[in-house]
Amino acid sequence: MAEYQNIFTQVQVRGPAELGVAGGGAELGRSGAGGFSNIMGWIGNAQIGPIYLGSWGLISLVTGIIWFNIVGLSMLASVDYNVAQFIRQLFWLSLEPPSQSYGLSIPPLHDGGWFIIAGFFLLISVCTWWIRTYTRATALGMGHHVAWAFAAAIWLFLVLGLIRPIMMGSWSEAVPYGIFPHLDWTTAFSLRYGNLFYNPFHALSITFLYGATMLFAMHGATVLAITRFGGDREIEQIVDRGTAYERGALFWRWTMGFNATAEGIHRWIWWFAILTPITGGIGILLTGTVVDNWYLWAVEHGFAPQYPAMLGYGGYTGTGG
Amino acid sequence: MAMLSYERKYRVRGGTLIGGDLFDFWVGPFFVGFFGVATIFFAALGTVLIFWGAALGDTWNPWLINIAPPDISYGLGLAPLADGGLWQIITVCAHGAFIAWALREVEICRKLGIGYHVPIAFGVAIFAYSTLTVFRPMLMGAWGHAFPYGIFSHLDWVSNTGYQYLHFHYNPAHMLAVSFFFTTVLALSLHGGLVLSATNPPKGKEILTPDHEDTFFRDFVGYSVGTLGIHRVGLLLALNAGFWSAVCIIISGPLWTKGWPEWWNWWLDLPIWGN
Repeated sequence: MAEYQNIFTQVQVRGPAELGVAGGGAELGRSGAGGFSNIMGWIGNAQIGPIYLGSWGLISLVTGIIWFNIVGLSMLASVDYNVAQFIRQLFWLSLEPPSQSYGLSIPPLHDGGWFIIAGFFLLISVCTWWIRTYTRATALGMGHHVAWAFAAAIWLFLVLGLIRPIMMGSWSEAVPYGIFPHLDWTTAFSLRYGNLFYNPFHALSITFLYGATMLFAMHGATVLAITRFGGDREIEQIVDRGTAYERGALFWRWTMGFNATAEGIHRWIWWFAILTPITGGIGILLTGTVVDNWYLWAVEHGFAPQYPAMLGYGGYTGTGG
Repeated sequence: MAMLSYERKYRVRGGTLIGGDLFDFWVGPFFVGFFGVATIFFAALGTVLIFWGAALGDTWNPWLINIAPPDISYGLGLAPLADGGLWQIITVCAHGAFIAWALREVEICRKLGIGYHVPIAFGVAIFAYSTLTVFRPMLMGAWGHAFPYGIFSHLDWVSNTGYQYLHFHYNPAHMLAVSFFFTTVLALSLHGGLVLSATNPPKGKEILTPDHEDTFFRDFVGYSVGTLGIHRVGLLLALNAGFWSAVCIIISGPLWTKGWPEWWNWWLDLPIWGN
């Protein structure tokens, strides 16, 4: 009755470390192998490393560390360099963008200047890391699907910190660096613009977020269920379908009348994943620039109920935008 | 013909949990089984009741149709149909349909001789739904604490419930759940992208191998979890997103009734900070 269910790796086979495939000079700039981690081996590969640094990686790492240190030191300065208070208030501390009065000009260091400088370094860091994903794929003769997916996330990052602040005419619109402060920003943003739940692109983004999570549960579970037939060897199953993916496909066909293929499921999940930040970025970009109040916009477009004037909307004479 | 070229040899008898051979057949691509019949029953009844509830309401605008749970004053009792009773029966139907669907998946797994990972994963989603519509309302003493069935009305419920606790982003389980959702999507984009980039190299190049996938990821971030491991990571991340979502709402009310920002005071008040 009880039968084997693939959950974790019970026996770890350990040979010499894989140092990576060569070709196109890809092997130049690669570090040696690190070590093996038994705990990592329960879930996936036990081998740690090697890693490729390269000049783009170096720039990314250095600028990323500079960003991290500017943010951390600014927070430390905000508690008068008291280390105990820094730890105590860490989640509350913030490096805030400039005040609104500075517009798009460069503010003094203590009033948002450090925020601009930190943001500049973060931008360099993220963009050079993207170049890395692109050039690494090229060196190995692979497609650039990972790089384009990363670019979708960068789109949302750019909307939040660069494009929308410029369109709004003030760096004060950017998101602060800090754990609770960025959550405060999110809630204040939703309240200021009349509840982001009525923003259709926000709704789309959430749909793709939940959809992607559901798809990963479906895909991950299906592949684990068919590993006894070699289902984890996906590239093989793509070019020469075997009984593993036949069973996986039939499971969904019999369950919901439709199935993807070994390759197709990876197109589904790639699109769901990248559409999450793409639609989210559109939603943020329209907020405050094109639409001033998503609730009123929704009333105008017939998908929100009109609440009684006694709730405080009666005196509002503006429109959604 | 609803059958794929390789499908016939897989369509075998047996593996059912209930009903023996009675419902052991397919309709088009769908396997039926006892639980298929049960799913149809509950789903059809629930859908009819939703339309009934919509007819009782004042709009047929699909965005605005709203079938609300009973008023808090009904507590955990049954309410008249037009006053939340429909919501109660629809919730029963939803549970019937979801659980029957999961058990039908188990039967299909048994037919195909594959693991039970999918129905178990679906069970976590059902658990999250039950938390919202049954467990939390029961702990709080009224069905009226559940969310209404309607596209924008359930979003209003989420918004209002969140602000009842002042600022829901400070709920630590909510923080975990959101982090798991975002990490799942990150891992998903990387997995999808990696497999597509190995099987769809630039024009004129040959298709690549899992060794290339491993090498790309080790070059990229210094670690490759591997073709088996990524599916475990993905499933674990996705299930954790659902699980912690359920936790974050069931502790709001039954366990904590103040604003969530206040919850963090225990940290600020630890006796270790000195002056």
